[in-house]
Amino acid sequence: MIELVHLGKVFQTAAEPIVALEDVSLTIEDGEIFGIIGLSGAGKSTLVRCINLLERPTSGDVLLDGKSLLALPQKELLTVRRQIGMIFQSFNLFEQRTVLKNVCYPLEIAGVSKAEAVKKARKLLELVSLADREKAYPSQLSGGQKQRVAIARALATDPKYLLCDEATSALDPNTTQSILSLLKKINRELGVTIVVITHEMRVVDQICDRVAVIDKSRIAEIGRVSDIFSNPQSEIARELILPQSPLTKKKIGKERVRIIFDGTEAQPAIADMVLACQTPVSIIFADTKELDGKSYGHMIIQLPEDAMQAERITAWLNASGLKFTKEAQ
Amino acid sequence: MISEMLAKLWQNGILQLGIWETVYMTLISTAFAYLIGLPLGLLLVVTDKNGIHPISWLNRVLGIVVNAFRSVPFIILMIAMLPVAKFVVGTSLGNKAMVVTLVIAAAPYVARMVESSVKEVDNGVIEAARAMGTSSFKIVWKVLIPEAKPSLITGAIISMVTILGYSAMAGTIGGGGLGQIAITYGYQKYNDDIVWICVVLTVIIVQIIQEAGMLLVRKTDKRIRQ
Repeated sequence: MIELVHLGKVFQTAAEPIVALEDVSLTIEDGEIFGIIGLSGAGKSTLVRCINLLERPTSGDVLLDGKSLLALPQKELLTVRRQIGMIFQSFNLFEQRTVLKNVCYPLEIAGVSKAEAVKKARKLLELVSLADREKAYPSQLSGGQKQRVAIARALATDPKYLLCDEATSALDPNTTQSILSLLKKINRELGVTIVVITHEMRVVDQICDRVAVIDKSRIAEIGRVSDIFSNPQSEIARELILPQSPLTKKKIGKERVRIIFDGTEAQPAIADMVLACQTPVSIIFADTKELDGKSYGHMIIQLPEDAMQAERITAWLNASGLKFTKEAQ
Repeated sequence: MISEMLAKLWQNGILQLGIWETVYMTLISTAFAYLIGLPLGLLLVVTDKNGIHPISWLNRVLGIVVNAFRSVPFIILMIAMLPVAKFVVGTSLGNKAMVVTLVIAAAPYVARMVESSVKEVDNGVIEAARAMGTSSFKIVWKVLIPEAKPSLITGAIISMVTILGYSAMAGTIGGGGLGQIAITYGYQKYNDDIVWICVVLTVIIVQIIQEAGMLLVRKTDKRIRQ
Protein backbone atom coordinates (compact mmCIF):
# COMPACT_ATOMS: atom_id res chain seq x y z
CA MET A 1 0.00 0.00 0.00
CA ILE A 2 1.31 3.42 -0.98
CA GLU A 3 0.03 6.38 0.98
CA LEU A 4 0.71 9.96 0.07
CA VAL A 5 -0.05 12.22 3.02
CA HIS A 6 -0.58 15.94 2.42
CA LEU A 7 2.24 15.85 -0.07
CA GLY A 8 3.67 19.11 -1.33
CA LYS A 9 6.55 19.95 -3.63
CA VAL A 10 7.94 23.39 -4.28
CA PHE A 11 10.79 23.90 -6.73
CA GLN A 12 13.08 26.77 -5.80
CA THR A 13 14.06 28.63 -8.92
CA ALA A 14 16.12 31.77 -9.25
CA ALA A 15 13.09 33.84 -10.17
CA GLU A 16 10.39 32.50 -7.86
CA PRO A 17 9.36 29.27 -6.13
CA ILE A 18 7.22 27.03 -8.34
CA VAL A 19 4.55 24.96 -6.64
CA ALA A 20 4.40 21.56 -8.37
CA LEU A 21 2.23 19.75 -5.83
CA GLU A 22 -0.03 21.03 -3.12
CA ASP A 23 -1.67 18.99 -0.37
CA VAL A 24 -1.92 15.74 -2.32
CA SER A 25 -3.29 12.86 -0.29
CA LEU A 26 -4.16 9.50 -1.76
CA THR A 27 -3.91 5.81 -1.01
CA ILE A 28 -3.00 3.18 -3.57
CA GLU A 29 -4.19 -0.26 -2.49
CA ASP A 30 -2.22 -3.43 -3.13
CA GLY A 31 -3.19 -5.21 -6.32
CA GLU A 32 -4.98 -2.35 -8.04
CA ILE A 33 -4.14 -0.39 -11.14
CA PHE A 34 -4.28 3.22 -10.13
CA GLY A 35 -4.40 5.99 -12.70
CA ILE A 36 -3.21 9.54 -12.29
CA ILE A 37 -4.47 11.72 -15.08
CA GLY A 38 -4.00 15.37 -15.80
CA LEU A 39 -2.99 17.80 -18.48
CA SER A 40 0.71 18.37 -19.01
CA GLY A 41 2.17 20.62 -16.35
CA ALA A 42 -0.47 19.55 -13.82
CA GLY A 43 2.19 17.99 -11.61
CA LYS A 44 1.57 14.30 -12.26
CA SER A 45 5.16 13.48 -13.26
CA THR A 46 6.44 15.15 -10.10
CA LEU A 47 3.83 13.22 -8.14
CA VAL A 48 5.00 9.83 -9.40
CA ARG A 49 8.63 10.77 -8.75
CA CYS A 50 7.73 11.57 -5.17
CA ILE A 51 6.56 7.98 -4.69
CA ASN A 52 10.10 6.57 -5.10
CA LEU A 53 11.71 9.80 -3.92
CA LEU A 54 13.42 10.60 -7.21
CA GLU A 55 12.01 13.95 -6.16
CA ARG A 56 11.92 14.67 -2.44
CA PRO A 57 8.64 16.24 -1.42
CA THR A 58 9.02 19.51 0.45
CA SER A 59 6.11 18.75 2.76
CA GLY A 60 3.97 15.78 3.72
CA ASP A 61 5.02 12.16 3.75
CA VAL A 62 5.21 9.05 1.58
CA LEU A 63 4.32 5.79 3.32
CA LEU A 64 5.10 2.40 1.87
CA ASP A 65 3.16 -0.27 3.76
CA GLY A 66 2.86 2.22 6.62
CA LYS A 67 6.59 3.05 6.73
CA SER A 68 7.77 6.55 5.97
CA LEU A 69 10.23 6.65 3.08
CA LEU A 70 11.40 10.14 3.94
CA ALA A 71 12.77 8.89 7.23
CA LEU A 72 14.90 6.17 5.60
CA PRO A 73 18.66 6.56 5.35
CA GLN A 74 20.00 6.71 1.80
CA LYS A 75 21.24 3.12 1.80
CA GLU A 76 17.88 1.65 2.82
CA LEU A 77 16.12 3.89 0.32
CA LEU A 78 18.18 2.28 -2.44
CA THR A 79 16.96 -1.14 -1.29
CA VAL A 80 13.35 0.03 -1.08
CA ARG A 81 13.55 1.34 -4.64
CA ARG A 82 14.07 -2.23 -5.79
CA GLN A 83 10.51 -2.91 -4.66
CA ILE A 84 9.25 -0.11 -6.88
CA GLY A 85 9.85 -0.64 -10.59
CA MET A 86 9.51 2.28 -12.96
CA ILE A 87 9.05 2.73 -16.69
CA PHE A 88 9.20 5.94 -18.67
CA GLN A 89 7.85 7.64 -21.76
CA SER A 90 11.28 7.65 -23.40
CA PHE A 91 12.07 4.06 -22.26
CA ASN A 92 15.48 5.09 -20.86
CA LEU A 93 17.27 1.87 -21.77
CA PHE A 94 21.04 1.59 -21.58
CA GLU A 95 22.04 2.13 -25.20
CA GLN A 96 25.38 0.36 -24.87
CA ARG A 97 23.95 -2.80 -23.30
CA THR A 98 22.17 -5.61 -25.04
CA VAL A 99 18.54 -6.34 -24.26
CA LEU A 100 19.59 -9.17 -21.94
CA LYS A 101 22.16 -6.99 -20.16
CA ASN A 102 19.59 -4.24 -19.72
CA VAL A 103 17.27 -6.63 -17.92
CA CYS A 104 20.19 -7.99 -15.88
CA TYR A 105 21.17 -4.50 -14.71
CA PRO A 106 18.96 -4.18 -11.60
CA LEU A 107 20.01 -7.67 -10.52
CA GLU A 108 23.67 -6.74 -10.98
CA ILE A 109 23.10 -3.71 -8.74
CA ALA A 110 21.33 -5.90 -6.20
CA GLY A 111 24.35 -8.21 -6.08
CA VAL A 112 22.70 -11.25 -7.67
CA SER A 113 25.15 -13.70 -9.26
CA LYS A 114 25.56 -13.42 -13.02
CA ALA A 115 24.22 -16.86 -13.84
CA GLU A 116 21.14 -16.29 -11.74
CA ALA A 117 20.61 -12.83 -13.21
CA VAL A 118 20.75 -14.17 -16.76
CA LYS A 119 18.30 -16.92 -15.89
CA LYS A 120 15.86 -14.43 -14.39
CA ALA A 121 16.28 -11.98 -17.27
CA ARG A 122 15.54 -14.69 -19.85
CA LYS A 123 12.36 -15.60 -18.00
CA LEU A 124 11.24 -11.99 -17.99
CA LEU A 125 12.05 -11.52 -21.66
CA GLU A 126 9.81 -14.48 -22.31
CA LEU A 127 7.04 -12.82 -20.30
CA VAL A 128 7.26 -9.71 -22.47
CA SER A 129 7.56 -11.82 -25.66
CA LEU A 130 11.06 -10.72 -26.56
CA ALA A 131 13.02 -13.90 -25.85
CA ASP A 132 14.38 -13.92 -29.40
CA ARG A 133 15.88 -10.42 -29.18
CA GLU A 134 18.14 -10.82 -26.15
CA LYS A 135 21.32 -10.09 -28.13
CA ALA A 136 19.91 -6.98 -29.81
CA TYR A 137 20.81 -3.46 -28.76
CA PRO A 138 18.09 -0.89 -27.98
CA SER A 139 18.84 1.03 -31.20
CA GLN A 140 17.74 -2.05 -33.14
CA LEU A 141 14.31 -2.21 -31.50
CA SER A 142 10.99 -0.50 -32.20
CA GLY A 143 9.36 1.75 -29.60
CA GLY A 144 7.01 -0.95 -28.40
CA GLN A 145 9.85 -3.46 -28.10
CA LYS A 146 11.92 -0.94 -26.14
CA GLN A 147 9.07 -0.44 -23.70
CA ARG A 148 8.76 -4.21 -23.30
CA VAL A 149 12.45 -4.42 -22.43
CA ALA A 150 11.96 -1.55 -19.98
CA ILE A 151 9.07 -3.43 -18.39
CA ALA A 152 11.14 -6.62 -18.11
CA ARG A 153 13.97 -4.59 -16.57
CA ALA A 154 11.61 -2.92 -14.10
CA LEU A 155 10.30 -6.33 -13.03
CA ALA A 156 13.71 -7.94 -12.58
CA THR A 157 13.87 -7.40 -8.83
CA ASP A 158 10.30 -8.71 -8.32
CA PRO A 159 8.89 -5.35 -7.30
CA LYS A 160 5.55 -5.03 -5.56
CA TYR A 161 4.85 -1.82 -7.41
CA LEU A 162 5.31 -0.59 -10.94
CA LEU A 163 5.23 3.12 -11.72
CA CYS A 164 4.46 3.98 -15.33
CA ASP A 165 5.24 7.56 -16.29
CA GLU A 166 3.45 8.25 -19.59
CA ALA A 167 4.63 4.80 -20.66
CA THR A 168 2.48 4.68 -23.78
CA SER A 169 2.57 8.33 -24.77
CA ALA A 170 5.34 7.86 -27.31
CA LEU A 171 3.70 4.82 -28.91
CA ASP A 172 1.21 4.41 -31.73
CA PRO A 173 -2.35 3.23 -30.90
CA ASN A 174 -1.76 -0.45 -31.72
CA THR A 175 1.45 -0.62 -29.73
CA THR A 176 -0.26 1.24 -26.89
CA GLN A 177 -2.91 -1.48 -26.85
CA SER A 178 -0.35 -4.25 -26.62
CA ILE A 179 1.59 -2.52 -23.84
CA LEU A 180 -1.62 -1.89 -21.90
CA SER A 181 -2.58 -5.55 -22.22
CA LEU A 182 0.87 -6.52 -21.01
CA LEU A 183 0.53 -4.25 -17.98
CA LYS A 184 -2.87 -5.73 -17.21
CA LYS A 185 -1.40 -9.22 -17.49
CA ILE A 186 1.43 -8.31 -15.12
CA ASN A 187 -1.09 -6.92 -12.66
CA ARG A 188 -3.26 -10.03 -12.80
CA GLU A 189 -0.63 -12.76 -13.04
CA LEU A 190 2.15 -11.35 -10.90
CA GLY A 191 -0.05 -9.31 -8.56
CA VAL A 192 2.01 -6.17 -9.14
CA THR A 193 0.33 -2.94 -8.06
CA ILE A 194 0.54 -0.51 -10.95
CA VAL A 195 0.46 3.28 -10.91
CA VAL A 196 -0.22 4.75 -14.33
CA ILE A 197 0.53 8.39 -15.07
CA THR A 198 -1.07 9.59 -18.27
CA HIS A 199 -2.77 12.43 -20.05
CA GLU A 200 -4.76 10.00 -22.18
CA MET A 201 -8.25 9.11 -21.01
CA ARG A 202 -8.29 5.87 -23.00
CA VAL A 203 -5.38 4.53 -20.97
CA VAL A 204 -7.24 5.07 -17.71
CA ASP A 205 -10.40 3.80 -19.30
CA GLN A 206 -8.78 0.55 -20.39
CA ILE A 207 -6.73 -0.62 -17.48
CA CYS A 208 -7.30 1.42 -14.34
CA ASP A 209 -9.49 0.47 -11.39
CA ARG A 210 -9.34 3.86 -9.74
CA VAL A 211 -8.15 7.23 -10.92
CA ALA A 212 -7.03 10.53 -9.45
CA VAL A 213 -7.53 13.60 -11.58
CA ILE A 214 -4.81 16.18 -11.04
CA ASP A 215 -5.26 19.79 -11.91
CA LYS A 216 -3.06 22.76 -11.05
CA SER A 217 -0.89 20.80 -8.58
CA ARG A 218 -3.88 19.49 -6.63
CA ILE A 219 -6.14 16.47 -6.71
CA ALA A 220 -9.37 17.58 -8.31
CA GLU A 221 -11.17 14.29 -8.02
CA ILE A 222 -10.47 10.72 -7.04
CA GLY A 223 -12.57 7.59 -7.32
CA ARG A 224 -13.49 4.47 -9.25
CA VAL A 225 -12.99 4.89 -12.99
CA SER A 226 -16.61 3.92 -13.73
CA ASP A 227 -17.92 6.53 -11.27
CA ILE A 228 -15.78 9.34 -12.56
CA PHE A 229 -16.56 8.39 -16.12
CA SER A 230 -20.28 8.44 -15.67
CA ASN A 231 -20.43 11.38 -13.37
CA PRO A 232 -17.41 13.63 -13.41
CA GLN A 233 -17.67 16.22 -10.64
CA SER A 234 -14.74 18.50 -11.31
CA GLU A 235 -14.45 20.74 -14.30
CA ILE A 236 -11.09 19.25 -15.28
CA ALA A 237 -12.51 15.72 -15.20
CA ARG A 238 -15.39 16.78 -17.43
CA GLU A 239 -12.92 18.36 -19.78
CA LEU A 240 -10.80 15.21 -19.93
CA ILE A 241 -13.69 12.76 -20.14
CA LEU A 242 -16.24 14.65 -22.18
CA PRO A 243 -14.15 16.43 -24.73
CA GLN A 244 -15.82 19.02 -26.85
CA SER A 245 -15.76 17.72 -30.36
CA PRO A 246 -15.06 20.32 -33.00
CA LEU A 247 -18.55 19.68 -34.38
CA THR A 248 -20.35 20.42 -31.15
CA LYS A 249 -18.72 23.78 -31.02
CA LYS A 250 -20.36 24.88 -34.25
CA LYS A 251 -23.39 26.92 -33.44
CA ILE A 252 -26.12 26.13 -35.91
CA GLY A 253 -28.78 27.58 -33.73
CA LYS A 254 -30.81 24.48 -32.97
CA GLU A 255 -31.48 22.95 -29.63
CA ARG A 256 -29.18 20.17 -28.54
CA VAL A 257 -29.17 17.70 -25.73
CA ARG A 258 -26.25 15.87 -24.19
CA ILE A 259 -27.21 12.43 -22.95
CA ILE A 260 -24.95 10.81 -20.41
CA PHE A 261 -24.67 7.05 -20.09
CA ASP A 262 -23.55 5.80 -16.73
CA GLY A 263 -24.12 2.12 -17.19
CA THR A 264 -27.56 2.00 -15.57
CA GLU A 265 -29.91 2.63 -18.49
CA ALA A 266 -31.79 0.07 -20.51
CA GLN A 267 -30.47 -0.52 -23.99
CA PRO A 268 -30.93 0.60 -26.69
CA ALA A 269 -31.92 4.00 -25.35
CA ILE A 270 -31.69 6.16 -28.45
CA ALA A 271 -33.54 3.68 -30.64
CA ASP A 272 -36.26 3.41 -27.99
CA MET A 273 -36.57 7.18 -27.89
CA VAL A 274 -36.90 7.53 -31.65
CA LEU A 275 -39.51 4.77 -31.80
CA ALA A 276 -41.48 6.15 -28.87
CA CYS A 277 -41.51 9.74 -30.09
CA GLN A 278 -41.88 8.89 -33.77
CA THR A 279 -39.36 11.63 -34.40
CA PRO A 280 -35.96 11.37 -36.05
CA VAL A 281 -33.00 12.98 -34.33
CA SER A 282 -29.48 13.50 -35.56
CA ILE A 283 -26.56 12.36 -33.51
CA ILE A 284 -24.01 15.15 -33.60
CA PHE A 285 -21.36 13.55 -31.46
CA ALA A 286 -21.00 10.33 -29.57
CA ASP A 287 -18.28 8.97 -27.36
CA THR A 288 -19.37 5.87 -25.54
CA LYS A 289 -17.49 2.83 -24.39
CA GLU A 290 -18.18 -0.51 -22.89
CA LEU A 291 -16.95 -1.24 -19.38
CA ASP A 292 -17.92 -4.54 -17.81
CA GLY A 293 -20.71 -4.90 -20.35
CA LYS A 294 -22.29 -1.53 -19.58
CA SER A 295 -22.10 1.65 -21.62
CA TYR A 296 -20.46 4.76 -20.37
CA GLY A 297 -20.00 8.03 -22.12
CA HIS A 298 -22.11 10.63 -23.73
CA MET A 299 -23.85 11.55 -26.90
CA ILE A 300 -25.05 14.83 -28.27
CA ILE A 301 -28.24 14.80 -30.28
CA GLN A 302 -29.85 17.58 -32.17
CA LEU A 303 -33.53 18.05 -31.45
CA PRO A 304 -35.96 18.52 -34.33
CA GLU A 305 -36.75 22.07 -35.39
CA ASP A 306 -40.43 21.53 -34.75
CA ALA A 307 -41.01 22.77 -31.17
CA MET A 308 -43.71 20.17 -30.49
CA GLN A 309 -41.50 17.29 -31.55
CA ALA A 310 -38.59 18.69 -29.56
CA GLU A 311 -40.83 18.98 -26.53
CA ARG A 312 -41.94 15.37 -26.96
CA ILE A 313 -38.35 14.14 -26.91
CA THR A 314 -37.49 16.20 -23.86
CA ALA A 315 -40.53 14.81 -22.10
CA TRP A 316 -39.53 11.25 -23.06
CA LEU A 317 -36.00 11.82 -21.79
CA ASN A 318 -37.39 13.18 -18.52
CA ALA A 319 -39.56 10.12 -18.10
CA SER A 320 -36.85 7.66 -19.14
CA GLY A 321 -34.53 8.40 -16.26
CA LEU A 322 -31.63 9.05 -18.62
CA LYS A 323 -29.25 11.73 -17.47
CA PHE A 324 -29.18 14.60 -19.92
CA THR A 325 -28.38 18.26 -20.09
CA LYS A 326 -29.42 20.96 -22.51
CA GLU A 327 -26.37 22.11 -24.41
CA ALA A 328 -25.57 25.78 -24.44
CA GLN A 329 -25.91 27.31 -27.84
CA MET B 1 67.51 16.47 -53.67
CA ILE B 2 67.69 15.05 -50.24
CA SER B 3 70.27 16.96 -48.24
CA GLU B 4 73.35 15.41 -46.78
CA MET B 5 72.08 16.24 -43.33
CA LEU B 6 68.90 14.25 -43.80
CA ALA B 7 70.81 11.22 -45.05
CA LYS B 8 73.08 11.45 -42.05
CA LEU B 9 70.16 11.70 -39.64
CA TRP B 10 68.66 8.61 -41.15
CA GLN B 11 71.92 6.64 -41.13
CA ASN B 12 72.61 7.55 -37.50
CA GLY B 13 69.10 6.49 -36.60
CA ILE B 14 68.28 9.94 -35.20
CA LEU B 15 65.16 10.30 -37.31
CA GLN B 16 63.90 6.84 -36.34
CA LEU B 17 64.57 7.62 -32.71
CA GLY B 18 62.68 10.90 -33.12
CA ILE B 19 59.63 9.09 -34.45
CA TRP B 20 59.78 6.64 -31.58
CA GLU B 21 60.23 9.43 -29.00
CA THR B 22 57.27 11.36 -30.34
CA VAL B 23 55.07 8.26 -30.28
CA TYR B 24 56.00 7.16 -26.81
CA MET B 25 55.90 10.64 -25.26
CA THR B 26 52.43 11.04 -26.71
CA LEU B 27 51.22 7.65 -25.52
CA ILE B 28 52.64 7.89 -22.02
CA SER B 29 51.54 11.50 -21.57
CA THR B 30 48.03 10.66 -22.76
CA ALA B 31 47.84 7.71 -20.37
CA PHE B 32 48.92 9.79 -17.37
CA ALA B 33 46.79 12.75 -18.45
CA TYR B 34 43.78 10.42 -18.37
CA LEU B 35 44.79 9.03 -15.00
CA ILE B 36 44.31 12.56 -13.66
CA GLY B 37 41.85 14.00 -16.18
CA LEU B 38 39.29 11.17 -16.17
CA PRO B 39 38.52 11.30 -12.43
CA LEU B 40 38.68 15.10 -12.57
CA GLY B 41 36.20 15.23 -15.45
CA LEU B 42 33.87 12.77 -13.73
CA LEU B 43 34.07 14.82 -10.55
CA LEU B 44 33.13 17.93 -12.53
CA VAL B 45 30.01 16.19 -13.85
CA VAL B 46 28.99 14.49 -10.61
CA THR B 47 29.37 17.58 -8.40
CA ASP B 48 27.61 19.88 -10.87
CA LYS B 49 24.45 21.50 -9.53
CA ASN B 50 22.40 19.27 -11.83
CA GLY B 51 24.70 16.29 -11.29
CA ILE B 52 24.02 13.11 -9.36
CA HIS B 53 25.81 14.38 -6.26
CA PRO B 54 25.95 18.19 -6.29
CA ILE B 55 28.75 19.79 -4.23
CA SER B 56 28.76 23.34 -5.48
CA TRP B 57 31.93 24.64 -3.76
CA LEU B 58 34.05 21.71 -4.97
CA ASN B 59 32.65 22.06 -8.46
CA ARG B 60 33.52 25.75 -8.50
CA VAL B 61 37.06 25.20 -7.20
CA LEU B 62 37.76 22.43 -9.72
CA GLY B 63 36.30 24.54 -12.51
CA ILE B 64 38.56 27.48 -11.64
CA VAL B 65 41.69 25.30 -11.41
CA VAL B 66 40.96 23.60 -14.73
CA ASN B 67 40.30 26.92 -16.45
CA ALA B 68 43.45 28.49 -14.98
CA PHE B 69 45.66 25.73 -16.39
CA ARG B 70 43.87 25.75 -19.70
CA SER B 71 44.19 29.49 -20.21
CA VAL B 72 48.01 29.53 -20.04
CA PRO B 73 49.63 28.99 -23.45
CA PHE B 74 51.41 25.64 -23.44
CA ILE B 75 54.86 26.98 -24.21
CA ILE B 76 54.70 29.18 -21.09
CA LEU B 77 53.08 26.54 -18.89
CA MET B 78 55.78 24.12 -19.95
CA ILE B 79 58.57 26.39 -18.75
CA ALA B 80 56.70 27.25 -15.57
CA MET B 81 56.25 23.57 -14.77
CA LEU B 82 59.91 22.60 -15.16
CA PRO B 83 60.51 22.84 -11.39
CA VAL B 84 57.58 20.50 -10.86
CA ALA B 85 59.15 18.11 -13.38
CA LYS B 86 62.41 18.27 -11.51
CA PHE B 87 60.59 17.48 -8.29
CA VAL B 88 58.71 14.53 -9.79
CA VAL B 89 61.34 12.85 -11.97
CA GLY B 90 64.55 14.43 -10.66
CA THR B 91 65.45 16.37 -13.80
CA SER B 92 64.10 19.26 -15.80
CA LEU B 93 65.69 18.03 -19.03
CA GLY B 94 64.88 15.28 -21.47
CA ASN B 95 61.81 13.28 -22.33
CA LYS B 96 60.92 12.26 -18.79
CA ALA B 97 60.68 15.88 -17.72
CA MET B 98 58.70 16.69 -20.84
CA VAL B 99 56.19 13.95 -20.06
CA VAL B 100 55.55 15.57 -16.69
CA THR B 101 54.89 18.99 -18.19
CA LEU B 102 52.77 17.45 -20.95
CA VAL B 103 50.65 15.64 -18.39
CA ILE B 104 50.14 18.79 -16.33
CA ALA B 105 49.15 20.72 -19.43
CA ALA B 106 46.93 18.01 -20.87
CA ALA B 107 45.11 16.79 -17.74
CA PRO B 108 42.79 19.82 -17.45
CA TYR B 109 42.11 19.60 -21.18
CA VAL B 110 41.27 15.91 -20.79
CA ALA B 111 39.04 16.74 -17.82
CA ARG B 112 36.94 19.06 -19.98
CA MET B 113 36.81 16.45 -22.75
CA VAL B 114 35.61 13.81 -20.30
CA GLU B 115 33.12 16.23 -18.80
CA SER B 116 31.51 17.02 -22.13
CA SER B 117 31.37 13.32 -23.13
CA VAL B 118 29.77 12.23 -19.87
CA LYS B 119 27.28 15.08 -19.95
CA GLU B 120 25.94 13.61 -23.19
CA VAL B 121 24.51 10.64 -21.29
CA ASP B 122 20.73 11.01 -21.31
CA ASN B 123 19.33 12.24 -18.01
CA GLY B 124 16.43 9.84 -18.37
CA VAL B 125 18.82 6.90 -18.34
CA ILE B 126 20.43 8.19 -15.15
CA GLU B 127 16.98 8.67 -13.65
CA ALA B 128 16.07 5.08 -14.55
CA ALA B 129 19.28 3.86 -12.88
CA ARG B 130 18.42 5.84 -9.75
CA ALA B 131 14.88 4.44 -9.77
CA MET B 132 16.41 0.95 -9.77
CA GLY B 133 18.27 1.72 -6.56
CA THR B 134 21.72 2.48 -7.99
CA SER B 135 24.10 4.37 -5.68
CA SER B 136 25.87 7.47 -6.96
CA PHE B 137 29.19 5.63 -7.19
CA LYS B 138 27.67 2.80 -9.21
CA ILE B 139 25.91 5.26 -11.50
CA VAL B 140 29.35 6.61 -12.41
CA TRP B 141 30.88 3.17 -12.80
CA LYS B 142 28.02 1.21 -14.37
CA VAL B 143 26.09 3.89 -16.24
CA LEU B 144 28.01 7.08 -16.99
CA ILE B 145 31.30 5.56 -18.12
CA PRO B 146 29.88 2.62 -20.15
CA GLU B 147 27.18 4.76 -21.77
CA ALA B 148 29.65 7.53 -22.64
CA LYS B 149 32.35 5.10 -23.82
CA PRO B 150 32.25 5.83 -27.57
CA SER B 151 32.29 9.56 -26.90
CA LEU B 152 35.10 9.13 -24.37
CA ILE B 153 37.18 7.30 -26.96
CA THR B 154 36.53 10.04 -29.52
CA GLY B 155 37.68 12.54 -26.91
CA ALA B 156 40.78 10.51 -26.20
CA ILE B 157 41.76 10.58 -29.87
CA ILE B 158 41.38 14.36 -29.99
CA SER B 159 43.36 14.69 -26.75
CA MET B 160 46.10 12.43 -28.05
CA VAL B 161 46.52 14.49 -31.20
CA THR B 162 46.64 17.67 -29.12
CA ILE B 163 49.28 16.14 -26.84
CA LEU B 164 51.29 15.12 -29.89
CA GLY B 165 51.23 18.76 -30.97
CA TYR B 166 52.36 19.87 -27.51
CA SER B 167 55.16 17.30 -27.53
CA ALA B 168 56.66 18.94 -30.62
CA MET B 169 56.89 22.21 -28.71
CA ALA B 170 58.73 20.39 -25.94
CA GLY B 171 61.60 20.11 -28.43
CA THR B 172 62.38 23.78 -27.83
CA ILE B 173 63.26 23.27 -24.17
CA GLY B 174 65.17 20.03 -24.19
CA GLY B 175 62.62 17.38 -25.08
CA GLY B 176 63.22 14.89 -27.86
CA GLY B 177 61.13 13.72 -30.76
CA LEU B 178 60.30 15.03 -34.19
CA GLY B 179 59.77 18.56 -32.90
CA GLN B 180 63.28 18.72 -31.58
CA ILE B 181 64.72 17.35 -34.84
CA ALA B 182 62.79 19.91 -36.86
CA ILE B 183 64.05 22.72 -34.67
CA THR B 184 67.66 21.64 -34.11
CA TYR B 185 68.55 20.11 -37.48
CA GLY B 186 66.01 21.89 -39.65
CA TYR B 187 65.14 25.40 -38.47
CA GLN B 188 68.43 26.28 -36.76
CA LYS B 189 70.63 24.85 -39.53
CA TYR B 190 68.56 26.12 -42.48
CA ASN B 191 67.56 22.65 -43.74
CA ASP B 192 64.00 23.18 -44.93
CA ASP B 193 63.68 19.60 -46.14
CA ILE B 194 64.22 18.27 -42.62
CA VAL B 195 61.45 20.54 -41.34
CA TRP B 196 59.16 19.24 -44.05
CA ILE B 197 60.06 15.62 -43.45
CA CYS B 198 59.17 16.10 -39.78
CA VAL B 199 55.87 17.71 -40.76
CA VAL B 200 55.00 14.83 -43.07
CA LEU B 201 55.95 12.23 -40.45
CA THR B 202 53.81 14.00 -37.85
CA VAL B 203 50.84 14.11 -40.21
CA ILE B 204 51.22 10.38 -40.86
CA ILE B 205 51.30 9.60 -37.12
CA VAL B 206 48.20 11.76 -36.54
CA GLN B 207 46.41 9.98 -39.39
CA ILE B 208 47.20 6.58 -37.92
CA ILE B 209 45.96 7.61 -34.47
CA GLN B 210 42.78 9.13 -35.95
CA GLU B 211 41.92 6.17 -38.17
CA ALA B 212 42.67 3.54 -35.54
CA GLY B 213 40.63 5.51 -33.01
CA MET B 214 37.60 5.90 -35.24
CA LEU B 215 37.70 2.20 -36.04
CA LEU B 216 37.58 1.51 -32.31
CA VAL B 217 34.65 3.91 -31.85
CA ARG B 218 32.70 2.23 -34.64
CA LYS B 219 33.29 -1.14 -33.03
CA THR B 220 32.31 0.12 -29.57
CA ASP B 221 29.25 2.25 -30.24
CA LYS B 222 26.08 0.15 -30.09
CA ARG B 223 23.85 3.08 -30.95
CA ILE B 224 24.80 2.64 -34.59
CA ARG B 225 22.50 0.25 -36.39
CA GLN B 226 24.44 -2.65 -37.82
